[in-house]
Amino acid sequence: MPADFNWAIGGEAGDGIDSTGKIFAQALSRAGRHVFTSKDFASRIRGGYTAYKVRTSTAQVQSVVDRLDVLIALTPRTIDENLDELHEGSVIVYDGERTTMQDVEIPEGMHGLDVPLKRLAEEAGGAIMRNVVALGAACAVTQFPIENLDSALQKRFGNKGQSIVDNNKEAARAGQEYVEENYADADFDYHLETTDADYVLLNGDEAIGMGAIAAGCRFYAGYPITPATDVMEYLTGRIERYGGHVVQAEDELSAINIALGAARAGARSMTATSGPGIDLMAETFGLVATTETPLVICDVMRSGPSTGMPTKQEQGDLNMLLYGGHGEVPRFVVAPTTVSECFWKTVEAFNLAEKYQTPVYLVSDLALAVTEQTFPPEAFDMDEVEIERGNVVAEDDIQAFQDESGKFTPHANTEDGISPRSFPGTAGGAHMTTGLEHDELGRRTEDTDVRVEQVDKRARKVETAKERETFDYREFGDPDAETLVVSWGSNEGALREALQMLQDRDVDVRFISVPYLFPRPDLTEAFEAAERVVVVECNATGQLADVLERDTLSRVDRINKYDGVRFKADELAEEIERTIEANQ
Amino acid sequence: MSSEIRFTDFKSDKQPTWCPGCGDFGTMNGMMKALANTGNHPDDTFIVAGIGCSGKIGTYMHSYALHGVHGRALPVGTGVKIANPDLEVMVAGGDGDGYSIGAGHFVHAVRRNMDMSYVVMDNRIYGLTKGQASPTSREDFETATTPDGPKQAPVNPLALALASGGTFIAQSFSSDAMRHAEIVQEAIEHDGFGFVNVFSPCVTFNDVDTYDYFRDSLVDLAETDHDPTDHDAAREKILDAEKEYQGVIYRDEESVPYGEQFGLGENMADIPDGAPEDAMDLVREFY
Repeated sequence: MPADFNWAIGGEAGDGIDSTGKIFAQALSRAGRHVFTSKDFASRIRGGYTAYKVRTSTAQVQSVVDRLDVLIALTPRTIDENLDELHEGSVIVYDGERTTMQDVEIPEGMHGLDVPLKRLAEEAGGAIMRNVVALGAACAVTQFPIENLDSALQKRFGNKGQSIVDNNKEAARAGQEYVEENYADADFDYHLETTDADYVLLNGDEAIGMGAIAAGCRFYAGYPITPATDVMEYLTGRIERYGGHVVQAEDELSAINIALGAARAGARSMTATSGPGIDLMAETFGLVATTETPLVICDVMRSGPSTGMPTKQEQGDLNMLLYGGHGEVPRFVVAPTTVSECFWKTVEAFNLAEKYQTPVYLVSDLALAVTEQTFPPEAFDMDEVEIERGNVVAEDDIQAFQDESGKFTPHANTEDGISPRSFPGTAGGAHMTTGLEHDELGRRTEDTDVRVEQVDKRARKVETAKERETFDYREFGDPDAETLVVSWGSNEGALREALQMLQDRDVDVRFISVPYLFPRPDLTEAFEAAERVVVVECNATGQLADVLERDTLSRVDRINKYDGVRFKADELAEEIERTIEANQ
Repeated sequence: MSSEIRFTDFKSDKQPTWCPGCGDFGTMNGMMKALANTGNHPDDTFIVAGIGCSGKIGTYMHSYALHGVHGRALPVGTGVKIANPDLEVMVAGGDGDGYSIGAGHFVHAVRRNMDMSYVVMDNRIYGLTKGQASPTSREDFETATTPDGPKQAPVNPLALALASGGTFIAQSFSSDAMRHAEIVQEAIEHDGFGFVNVFSPCVTFNDVDTYDYFRDSLVDLAETDHDPTDHDAAREKILDAEKEYQGVIYRDEESVPYGEQFGLGENMADIPDGAPEDAMDLVREFY
């Protein structure tokens, strides 16, 4: 494997950390390098500490590691926060002319590059470009061709006019030249090669939004909430090009009901939120299910309970998604495991929703949402997108789905549980439906036989789906290994890299990554074939572990992390090794 | 097609379980007449109903309909109308549904000014749960949960609508069948959110706001020189603590409905079998 390189810019919220980091990531992507980014940020608009980290290699990178090679520090705290990750030979770029940075101490063995970021930016046209000066300095340190940065600056500032773009390019060159002139003798150990590959760079929320449009979603209603807002922001301004619309609702109670209304009218419809919003939406979730309305509800998980840690990672909503809502509610729970899978699972979620006229929870997490990752564009091949709308009845066929008195039967008690669906406006298809228990016509009933019939019918849809769909798992590592590691969500990337590290230490592991949480694959055979099973997840109690123990009537070991920070590959490799040793 | 439609086409074959004499019978008849008079067809009409006695209305009418969660009928109607602007969308509910549990949605539905109508059966009591105070109950109205009265001012739904930027604000009385149907018809015809608060007496649990009370006290604005396009005059009527009015109180003739503001017009149910033709452009944006 080619060596990877880790870079970060850190400062206070409001310092432009995010956009600067994104420009550098974009430049690397345009240079044909793979990129994986992460953010340390707090839920505040100004102040505090925030950082944007970029891991890059010419090979695919899919996690973060505990190592930092080049750090652009706009505040002293940025250095303190990253001391553990910095190492001998690390480079710290800072502006010694900034009052707060005058007395900065560079740890021994590291290169401190005192670059007058603000002054050089002012000379190039404005202090606002000081971060771009730092990017130029980073190019010098890493022998990275600055033309790639130009290209990213063009993309970022192109719509603001050519003179802004040119000023930024000049600012970047000022930083590059300053380092080359003033630190000519320094021996930096970094060389960022370029390749001819073409990559696209996007995060999980964007992939979900793009997947929704590809899948024919034309309607979105939501209420802003970290870390799901990017789905709404992606769709706004884009979905309209395809005849769609986004509504910012007054709250999540409304958002899910507006989305439900659009779905009743026949639109492919979705909403996205995070834990606190899922709690509110649970009110209407049962209505969606019992009225058999196809709806995709996306939960981008963050740390809970209550407001929890809004900008921190957690996978703590699984129980809520599997069991939430009073009464017994059929559902699908699908959880993509990578940024590109966020796209494909969104497409699939819409098909499942319409084929089975059932709500689908599409579950992502903060780590997927905020990570920008590179992929070849073929990873999102739009020709592969198939849209299956299920049992929608055309006007000419409507009579076949009416009862003897000519009334449409939206909840017909069919063999496979799937009833006909008529979009409003279809002649002869008029019907009502209700959150009350109802008969085949959608009318309220308390008849004991009809009640049982309808409960069974709704449950049967899930059984039908199990027969017709493949609710499989993704597998990596050594299929015959004694140790089986199981996980879900964004942990897949870090675990795959951990597997590589373990293999280098002659530790063989089989890894199963589960994207379907309900219905989910039967892991009994895999569990029985293994000597030990370790379930890895970002929560305190082991919610997936509990479910799998019950499924397979067995006991598992657990690796849980709930400090708000995602798993890192090296940390996971150590944890897994420790768990194996403890069991020997 | 429109001339063939009679109001009974909007009637289902389910018999209402409302108490004999309930105001909701008259309210519903007026809704059906108004829908037929405006040339709508049950197959092109979507009724959304809330929870409570009034919420049962979807069962007794014939059209596409959804009877949803308590208080959230307006959001459902909003989604239906956006997804298919060709549909006639009418939302119905009670005072508890609209002004208590759904009050937040009411304010925002008024602001949004969707081209749909909202008929509230206001009986100033919770009937289905057998007689508790509602948000429009009088301050001294004694009920099972308020033995000495709620001791708080009732919500003035018309004022709430006006303060939220309402473009059509009206009030009717279920027993005045002709006027009620006329007013609901105007709400349907209005380009925007047509809101009608209907006095729909509860004969079982409310012995204060009775048929006799409304018959004796209501002033019909059609019989006055009230100009509904005059915002100041409307405000005066709405805040008049001495009298209750029937009729169109306010109508904004400049009203631009939500769909027009956003250029909506397509039926969103119509989509291709695969990704849109130029969908790879979405991927290329990420280069």
